[in-house]
Amino acid sequence: MNNNYFVNIIRFVLLILVQVLVFNRLNFFGFINPMVYILFLYWFPVKENRAAFIGLSFLLGLFIDLFSDTMAIHAASTVTIAYIRPAIMRFVFGVNIEFQSFRLSNSTRAQQFTFLALLIIVHHAVFFTLEIFSFANILLILKKVVAIGAASIVLCLLFNSLFSAKKE
Amino acid sequence: MQQIINFVIRNKNFLLYLFLLSIALGFTVQSHSYHQSRFFNSSNWVTGSIYETFNGFSTYFGLSEENAKLVEENKRLRKLLFNGRTETMASLDSTQLIYAVNTGQVVKNSYAEPRNYITINRGEKDSVLPDMGVITEKGILGIVENTSGSYASVQSILNEKSRINAKLKNTEHFGSLVWDTQRYNVVQLVDIPRLVPLTVGDTIVTGGMSSIFPGDIPIGTIQKFDLDNANSLYSIDVRLFNDMTNIKNVYIIHNNDREEILELEAATINEQ
Repeated sequence: MNNNYFVNIIRFVLLILVQVLVFNRLNFFGFINPMVYILFLYWFPVKENRAAFIGLSFLLGLFIDLFSDTMAIHAASTVTIAYIRPAIMRFVFGVNIEFQSFRLSNSTRAQQFTFLALLIIVHHAVFFTLEIFSFANILLILKKVVAIGAASIVLCLLFNSLFSAKKE
Repeated sequence: MQQIINFVIRNKNFLLYLFLLSIALGFTVQSHSYHQSRFFNSSNWVTGSIYETFNGFSTYFGLSEENAKLVEENKRLRKLLFNGRTETMASLDSTQLIYAVNTGQVVKNSYAEPRNYITINRGEKDSVLPDMGVITEKGILGIVENTSGSYASVQSILNEKSRINAKLKNTEHFGSLVWDTQRYNVVQLVDIPRLVPLTVGDTIVTGGMSSIFPGDIPIGTIQKFDLDNANSLYSIDVRLFNDMTNIKNVYIIHNNDREEILELEAATINEQ
């Protein structure tokens, strides 16, 4: 349990640093900055206290906001996916998540991918809606969600396969 | 009462979510109508020093290029000095000057968002305060929006909230410089009347009508111009002289007469 806290704190700090120092400066094709910090929500233990999880996610988003001068839109979108994460998990993994023995690493590749993709799509949809803040630009929102969402998914999958612990 | 408490306990996660979401939205909405909130930007101590530390590493890679730029600018200024007025640097009396210039370095730059902010490593300790102009050797960059002890966040001209007075260099017709958030090397000059003769390639400079920037600081050249819907005003695409993706050394300009100008303007409005 102790180890778990430690791992999550390290993840929290490292993901923020990687996001703001590397990926916020990527500007692939001029506007694509993938958001890899969503992996924190993907990796977070399933059985942890839900209120703490929502609070932590809010803090994560807030820190990213502080670094990237985006007011609080990262915080708003991250806290949204933190809140609906259980619903997404129930949708993706079915009744499996009720079992004590459930682990992310035991599920199939397709399930993991769907889970991650849903998190990212919802996050990006909320994020870019808030960023642009008027539905006159719905095409621009869609373009950004699709392009940056795809980039985020690819990078998160890469990071996931690089850093996921095999032993767990 | 019991029921209310039960309701709160049952829905505590949802209520927590709503609470945090409303805080986040509150901060966001506030920024749409008002300045960035005081502490909520990357000019604060924590983010500023982290950016500066990591910036220290990356600075070395561009050092020679940056030196070349500065030498080039020195050359231009020397040329002006030798060919122009006879006054030498030694005879400049700093109390008589309208504009004070400070230097700084960019520690964080962004250009892909609709609202871009640049963080520089000068703050209140270096007497950098909000509403000072920031330029580079090639042209205009933005306006200081928030400051902390040793950092300042600059509202870039690549920001949809930015509105800067600018004019055509040849004809002195002025308009407002805005950004449509599309391309990082093109900004828009609006409110230029239809009767003004325009050519692609004309130079756009700052207007000097605000108390922030001096006049005639280069901005860019006309890339394309169209009449707006009402056919009475031009909307002009301006290609920037600055490469907004590659900025290191900046100059911060302070207008010593700014307080006086603002007081005078406020007094004039009150009289009406």
